[in-house]
Amino acid sequence: MGFLDDLFKPIAGFKVTFRQMFRPRVTTQYPEDKRTKPQRFHGRHILNRYPDGMEKCIGCELCAGVCPARCIYVRGADNPQDEPVSPGERYGFVYDINMLRCIFCALCVEACPTEAITMTHLFEMSVDDRQDAIYTKADLLVNPDGSRNHPQPASILIDLDELTDGDGWLRATAPSGRAAYEGVVGWTPSAGPGLRPPEAGQTDDDRNEEPREETEA
Amino acid sequence: MATFIEAAITVIAAFALLLVNTLLLVWTERKVVADMQARIGPNRAGPFGLLITLADGMKLFFKEQITPRKAEVGIYLMAPILALLPALLIFLNIPIGGSFHIGDRLITLQGVDLNVAVLLILAFSSLAVYAVVLAGWSSGSKYPLLGAVRSTAQAISYETAMALSLIPVVLFTSSQLAGFDGGVGAMSLATIVEAQAGSFGGPIPAWFLFPLVPSFLVFMIAGFAETNRAPFDLVEAEQELVGGFHTEYSGIRFAMFFLAEYINMFNISAIAATLFLGGWNGPTFSGVLPAFFAGAMPVVWFMVKTWALLFMFIWVRATLPRMRYDQLMQFGWKRLIPVGLAWLVAFTVVTSVRQFGAPWS
Repeated sequence: MGFLDDLFKPIAGFKVTFRQMFRPRVTTQYPEDKRTKPQRFHGRHILNRYPDGMEKCIGCELCAGVCPARCIYVRGADNPQDEPVSPGERYGFVYDINMLRCIFCALCVEACPTEAITMTHLFEMSVDDRQDAIYTKADLLVNPDGSRNHPQPASILIDLDELTDGDGWLRATAPSGRAAYEGVVGWTPSAGPGLRPPEAGQTDDDRNEEPREETEA
Repeated sequence: MATFIEAAITVIAAFALLLVNTLLLVWTERKVVADMQARIGPNRAGPFGLLITLADGMKLFFKEQITPRKAEVGIYLMAPILALLPALLIFLNIPIGGSFHIGDRLITLQGVDLNVAVLLILAFSSLAVYAVVLAGWSSGSKYPLLGAVRSTAQAISYETAMALSLIPVVLFTSSQLAGFDGGVGAMSLATIVEAQAGSFGGPIPAWFLFPLVPSFLVFMIAGFAETNRAPFDLVEAEQELVGGFHTEYSGIRFAMFFLAEYINMFNISAIAATLFLGGWNGPTFSGVLPAFFAGAMPVVWFMVKTWALLFMFIWVRATLPRMRYDQLMQFGWKRLIPVGLAWLVAFTVVTSVRQFGAPWS
């Protein structure tokens, strides 16, 4: 029997491949059914506003400074006295991101002191002209009514609802966030205007509106 | 003139059949390999992705055809044609069905019935190697050259084994055709198919597969090597040689190599079906089916047998890893050829003893 076993060993693999033909496939038919993305997925950026409609960006250029791909270009300007754009002294009056260079590391999100820039779940950004890949402030900024802009129209690939999916990474790492954050909804004034309800297992008291004090050195 | 037109129709019909077959074969291969790898495979172009090969072909047709600066232009341009021609010519020898009458005219479903068909097949399959060698050499690039060198060695090794595996078939045919004068015509494929009609008794069909199992195995293994298919695809090893001899080819010239490879695959399967699996022989159900379908049954049987073998080709590709080069040579010279030789000698002795009696009696 040992000899027979040895004889058929080299062709034992044929059984494996044949059996596999009748097993379920692992392929996802991408544009039609998309897989659920992790909460902390790094998609394209978005520039947020405060609930009262003020822009969060203060034009400090920290995001541009930290960007390892050097894909962000920010110019700050003084706020107009009578009609301020942001609560601070200055606001970002030019804000460009070159999406061809961006490596979606979210260091800009971590660097931002005001949570002005966050990431969404949308990553379908194909363009047929390199110039179109540079997202300007008009493309990035949330509208005062909370709707979001995208350079391309919605299609089977581009699901604009993904732009409203928050960025869990920000919730966990930002000064106002909590590392315990692990899911569905944010509990700080979040990407876009308005508050979000606390998530399951958390009370409203857990909400942390004030920037957390840095206790470590 | 009439013969010329007849020949032209035959050739065009054969070419069309081969092209349609290739379209389906490429699709089948991609689908089956995908199935075996838990994937879905092409499913966008046409129903079930059936038109994927057509789409690929169109794409290749309109692509730029690059000629490397260091290429030997004449040979470089000739090689794809040289690859495709033998593949087409081999198919013309294979009978894909019986003969029938349209009016007074006798139609045989075979391009040409040569009395040296087996030799011709071997000769043309060797010619196909020239295309690979010349393509690799004339590209003026190192990877194609390496592929070409491998192909030469591989072809020499496995051509021998293939020829050795075919001799018993011819011997057996001639011994079956005792009525023939010394077995003349035993190399004609039509004769070989006829010799496989009927049965060995009971439900076992008179296929040469059963008395000639070792020959069949040696032929199939050598066939895999001849067509440069996995696990013997060292010639065009994508990972090491970036495609081997056709690295520098693009557009329609690459498509011709591609076409030739798949036609060769079909040819080897068709030849194996013809020589060992009884060709187009099979029950025609002439009483049960309408006359037209009963008449088409031989073609159906031929196709079923050929495609079963083609499925083997694909299955092997999905299962076995590529052999190392020294393993390939060792397997060819130290296993396959000795086995083929020993079987040939044994078979010859047995056949002659059966036919002429033992020398000592």
